[in-house]
Amino acid sequence: MSTLALAFDLVARWEVLLAITLAAVFGLFVGAIPGLTATLAVAVLVPITFHLDPIAAVGAMVSCSAMAIFAGDIPAFLLRIPGTPASAAYADEGYKMTLRGEAEKALGASLLFSAVGGLFGTAVLMLAAPSLAEVALKFSSFEYFWLALLGLTSAAFVSAGDPLKGLASLLIGLSASTIGMENPIGTPRFNFGSIELLGGVNFIAALIGLFAVAEILRYALKPSNNPHSVPQTSVGNPFRAWGKMLKTYWRNQIRGNILGVVVGALPGAGADIAAWMAYSISRRFSKQKEKYGTGHVEGIIESTSANNAALGSAWVPALVFGVPGDSITAIVIGVLFVHGMNPGPTLFLINPENIYAVFLIFIVANILLVVLGWGAIAVSKRILIIPRRLLMPVILAFCVTGAFAGNNNTFDIGVMLCFGILGFLMEENGIPVAPCILGLLLGEVLESNFITSMLKADGDLFAFFSRPISAGLGILTLIIWLFPLIRTVQALRVRRQKTA
Amino acid sequence: MGIVKLLSAAAIAAATMTGTAFAEYPEQTITIIVPWSAGGGTDAAARTIGTILERDLGQKVSVINRTGGSGVVGHSAIAAAKPDGYTLGLITSEINMMHWMGLTELTHEAYAPLAMMNEDPAGVHVAATSPWNDLGAMVEDIRANPGKFKGTGTGIGGSWHLALAGLLNELDISADALPWIPSKGAATGLLDIVAGGAHVAPVSLPEAAALAEAGKLKTLAIMSNQRAENFPDVPTVEQAIGVPWSQGVWRGMVVPKGVDEAIVEKLSAAMEKIYKDPEYADFMQKRGFGLRYMGSAEFGEFLGEEDASMGVVLKAIGLAKQ
Repeated sequence: MSTLALAFDLVARWEVLLAITLAAVFGLFVGAIPGLTATLAVAVLVPITFHLDPIAAVGAMVSCSAMAIFAGDIPAFLLRIPGTPASAAYADEGYKMTLRGEAEKALGASLLFSAVGGLFGTAVLMLAAPSLAEVALKFSSFEYFWLALLGLTSAAFVSAGDPLKGLASLLIGLSASTIGMENPIGTPRFNFGSIELLGGVNFIAALIGLFAVAEILRYALKPSNNPHSVPQTSVGNPFRAWGKMLKTYWRNQIRGNILGVVVGALPGAGADIAAWMAYSISRRFSKQKEKYGTGHVEGIIESTSANNAALGSAWVPALVFGVPGDSITAIVIGVLFVHGMNPGPTLFLINPENIYAVFLIFIVANILLVVLGWGAIAVSKRILIIPRRLLMPVILAFCVTGAFAGNNNTFDIGVMLCFGILGFLMEENGIPVAPCILGLLLGEVLESNFITSMLKADGDLFAFFSRPISAGLGILTLIIWLFPLIRTVQALRVRRQKTA
Repeated sequence: MGIVKLLSAAAIAAATMTGTAFAEYPEQTITIIVPWSAGGGTDAAARTIGTILERDLGQKVSVINRTGGSGVVGHSAIAAAKPDGYTLGLITSEINMMHWMGLTELTHEAYAPLAMMNEDPAGVHVAATSPWNDLGAMVEDIRANPGKFKGTGTGIGGSWHLALAGLLNELDISADALPWIPSKGAATGLLDIVAGGAHVAPVSLPEAAALAEAGKLKTLAIMSNQRAENFPDVPTVEQAIGVPWSQGVWRGMVVPKGVDEAIVEKLSAAMEKIYKDPEYADFMQKRGFGLRYMGSAEFGEFLGEEDASMGVVLKAIGLAKQ
């Protein structure tokens, strides 16, 4: 108890609270701009945190990243341009709601379930960090291989419509992910002598291209298509609407939270993958499958619950073993070192008030998220009033900035434009872009974990079933794959019996 | 030639004695290019150097990350910058590897070295459950059972890979005796050691500290001439097996070749001042980065020697393209 009191004392200082609030506002802005990711927001904060107290420094990073992940949903829903990769899974769903005049409902749901997910992640971090970290240690390349394969399988559920076109999109993404030398053997592939392509296709630039630039191209060619004339309905008292959603969708929320916490705690997976998997799981088990892809709030709730929960649990391996759970905690570990809070089991034993203060900040940040987030929704909704012919050039400017900002490299602007044209052509031909993003995200993960597993096992394929967690994940994947086949065979048999 | 030398010597003397001859430099913003991404270790080091340089020279210093191409893009950008003394770069060990591997034509000769600012020696880490309790037992086991054990901790041909492959090469153990499992960074490799997927990870000591403290890892040796201040119990390779061997990852400040001698002189003096600044030492200590300094001339010599020895190791393990 005295530890908690000490921790409270560390947090309840004006400089700490000011740092948290300013970082939160900063995170909201950065996250809401297409192409500027939560990771980038945190990276920009690093030099500033050197001059802050340890608790204020860590607090700033916590609140900044939580806001940025939520804020990524704002342009995703209003303009169909995901602000961060974690929002890409359900951008289309939210945008369809906006087209029906339900932008406030969609964003409100995202805000509430982001905050609840964040609190859930924090609770797990506080109560179970050391034991969850032990589980995460059991994951090696064998387990990550199956996890990546499960993630890719979710593409089948994410893409509405023709599964063949979904598969085509996935393969485009997977092919693009083979470019460069970020492969297990470190040999340059398909870079055609270009130094810039050695590092592979810049994921963020490709994401902006596929969604944002393609959208701008579509508008430029068919300006008549102006969905913004749809009158937006207000949800009135947000708390009443939230109460109703919690009552209807609490199953999705819990399932999303748990999935997010587990995937987030694994050092090889993060909030992005958690959001994709959550979306496909909610679709698979929903009673209203047919509504998915038409602007249905259920999938949004489950995946936004997952990505914010993942954010908290990514700190688990980072704090306990100094192993980053995602790209944000990789940066955080450096800052912890600078402030003398070296990650490791002793962090919880020596001066534990420091780490409890960080936990308290997680809670404060998620409450702050509701307040600031609601304000941000109210302001950003006005974007819909701005005529598209004025808005689109501004968005293009932001896209160029976003593509450039990641690496300070003009080449990435070209990558963005190429993927913009690609995304435009794909959608014109009824090929969804979402599976392509998933392919880009997971292609390298799948390949490197397969190759390293095979190197370890001297080429024995059964090694993928020789470890308990790996075997479990493998069997699960195979069942999911074989399930449609079994169903088809059964249906054929029934039909044959009827005709007989 | 003689006149040029004399003139530049006079210029340096004037600059160092009175400080008036080159009072103009620096008169505009100085840029430090970092070939690795924002938020990482090299970035943090560059920003700390930048902050102190800004204070010492009284001119704004901005740090720019030019990432991509596994470091090739940024290293090339430093070499291609206008040699006016306003673009500096923080180069890393990779400069002496990538040209051997055929990724670029660029070598360390494209730069005028200012100073080495840090080096992290490689450690030899194994799982806590490993039967090896000292380095001698490990290398003899690898020699006796070629191909049975695996190493990890970085990509194939990465610094840590070459550190251990070089040591084995020095001991006349074939490179094939310890197959390499490529990993994304040190943390992933260490986790694989703990999970039992591989047997030894030659990464830096601070990177392994948290897992070692948690009782998951043990460190058999450090590839350095002396023990590390923060890890006094870990013997050097020479203390462990009687063979001198030091290898690590280093970072150093450079300017593109062709910068005025006097400016190079002034900047290397500034780097020495930064290295001795308590703020720098304090930062490096906290981040767990190893301190090692070399002045301009010494760093230049080091670059040449290391380049040659990297070539030998890369050829031995079959990764060199030439």
